[in-house]
Amino acid sequence: MRLTDLPLRQPAYVDLIDWSVLSPSEGQRLREFGLCEGASVEALHRGGMFGRGPIACKVGRMTIAMRRSHAAAVTVRTGPDSLDQDRAA
Amino acid sequence: MSALPLVALVGNPNAGKSALFNALTGARQKLGNYPGVTVERKAGRLSLSDGRPIELVDLPGTYSLDPGSPDEQVTRDVVMGKQVGEKRPDALVIVVDAANLDNHLRFALELIALGLPTIVALNMVDLATRDGLELDAATLSRELGVPVIATVAVRKRGLDHLREALGDMLGEGRAVRAAAPDRDFDALRAEARRIARAGIVRETPSRRLTAAVDRVALHPVFGLMLLLALLFVMFQAVYAWSEAPIAMIEGVAEAAASTVRDTLPDGIIRSFLVDGVINGVGSVVVFLPQILILFFFILMLEATGYMVRAAFLMDGIMARVGLSGRAFIPLLSSFACAIPGIMATRTIADPRDRLTTILIAPLMTCSARLPVYAVIIGAFIPARDVLPGVGLQGFVLFCLYVAGIVGAMLVALILRMTVTKGASGGFLMEMPKYQWPSAQDILLGLWQRAMTFLKRAGTIIFASTVILWLLLTFPKVPDGSPVSQVDYSVAGRIANGLTVVLEPIGFNRDISLALIPAMAAREVAVSALATVYSIDAGDDEALLEKSLGDRLKDQWPLPTALAFLAWFIFAPQCISTIAVTRRETNGWKWPMFMVGYLFALAYVAAGLTFWTATAAGL
Repeated sequence: MRLTDLPLRQPAYVDLIDWSVLSPSEGQRLREFGLCEGASVEALHRGGMFGRGPIACKVGRMTIAMRRSHAAAVTVRTGPDSLDQDRAA
Repeated sequence: MSALPLVALVGNPNAGKSALFNALTGARQKLGNYPGVTVERKAGRLSLSDGRPIELVDLPGTYSLDPGSPDEQVTRDVVMGKQVGEKRPDALVIVVDAANLDNHLRFALELIALGLPTIVALNMVDLATRDGLELDAATLSRELGVPVIATVAVRKRGLDHLREALGDMLGEGRAVRAAAPDRDFDALRAEARRIARAGIVRETPSRRLTAAVDRVALHPVFGLMLLLALLFVMFQAVYAWSEAPIAMIEGVAEAAASTVRDTLPDGIIRSFLVDGVINGVGSVVVFLPQILILFFFILMLEATGYMVRAAFLMDGIMARVGLSGRAFIPLLSSFACAIPGIMATRTIADPRDRLTTILIAPLMTCSARLPVYAVIIGAFIPARDVLPGVGLQGFVLFCLYVAGIVGAMLVALILRMTVTKGASGGFLMEMPKYQWPSAQDILLGLWQRAMTFLKRAGTIIFASTVILWLLLTFPKVPDGSPVSQVDYSVAGRIANGLTVVLEPIGFNRDISLALIPAMAAREVAVSALATVYSIDAGDDEALLEKSLGDRLKDQWPLPTALAFLAWFIFAPQCISTIAVTRRETNGWKWPMFMVGYLFALAYVAAGLTFWTATAAGL
């Protein structure tokens, strides 16, 4: 499931990120924000009245805001069989 | 440059770095610029526990040593010892957010690897505790290999410890490694995560204040209503809270003027002091309270963490005109002054986004326009309530701000379809936790803004007023001439020439006179009018005692006053704004373009206002 489709306040893990959709600088910033395969992620708020605004999500212990076009590049997975977030470690 | 040991504060954005800097240096700060770049250099002096003085410099916040913007570049260059005009720091204080260690420790590891003597300030431990996180500084210190000190900058906790540790560190004189060992990003991240896990004693999920507040503050409907309400309160307060202090400043100016009038004989010197200095500069200084109220709100919005929420709310709307929500922050700062606003666009990564934001920043009503609006509104708009608690004057002011915003959005839309055409950049921002700012941080910010304003009043505004006074006073009109002194003077003749162009949009000679020096600083329009009327009044006691507002009301028809307001919504910006735009865009092309389009808009808007108001019989 894409991060854009993740229901609000449902904890999930990042499965895959399509870095090719993101510009190199955007990709770097996202990595610096801690967004990487295996990171825990939770959609918190959606902005904009007609579903066109950005989304705010928790990545690890940080809350970040990004556009839907970027969030669509992130595939997430929920449920008990999800990847352990420490896999990245 | 001082020979004092130099310690640099460095860390991620939102780690509370500036609050720690303020808490450590207090009012002993010096603001400047790094040579060749427009990045602000904040430095201050600090006494260690044994009394030794050191210099502390607050570097721009960044996420890594891989810079994404000009100010992040400065941080990297300073810590690597490559920044022109700054020696390599003798020690680093790395500020990390205790509640976000996974992330902040990665950058900290990068910095520790540089081999400079280093201390880690584990900041905002109180907020971490609020979120149910308990940390062990000793474990972290052991893992990182450098001292770790828990601090709460806004409550001044842990500062003595930090000073003590700095003293010990600077005494040791550790060897500095020549270059950082090259470690890849993922390895650093894994290491950071491991250390963060080791440092956490207990982690209990607890009610998170920020998330709860954000459910309302970021709500598509209620959040936007809250933002509008906040802005509305801000503009009402600019009027409501400023009455008493303004009356006080006016009282002092009047007393000074009448003392000079009573003690000095009539002549050039008395006219210079009363007409030029006291009436001219005084008429601008009187707006200090309103400017400070505006800055108070902006500083509070920034320090509490709300500003990024506002950017989040606005992103949807900004995207429609081809900008990102990120542009909202420089634009909101431009309400105080376009210069820091334009400088703040450096955080926008996309060059076209950034250029568009720079070009529309002058359309945000800066505080220098406030004196102009205030004096015209005060004179022409009746002080009554349109709704209980909502004054008509404040409402008109609000509308003027909204007109500037709407104008800016339309201009952005057109620019993005023409001169800055291209794919729009994204919107990626960290959202800090809500935090109640310390009174000291806010007061320090206000103090710095007040000093900047008074310095302007003492220099640019003073000089333009004096030059205008000279041009208005000479040549002296011969006795018995039917021409007035103002018309006879050099300035009057220039203004009468300009009137040909400005008359169609309802501007009179006095406005033409005021517009030229207003290019130096917009507030000068007010001091210029004050000087014109002061000289015009000559020795007429009754006229001299009238306030500027009353004089304007007598002399200007309402459509002219409204056209003047409309002009200033778009008014071509001051020389400093043009200069900073040139510097930020590396050339004259864009500042000239900006001046041209703003002149054209101002002329058309003033004209439309004047003709409509006249046709409506106002």
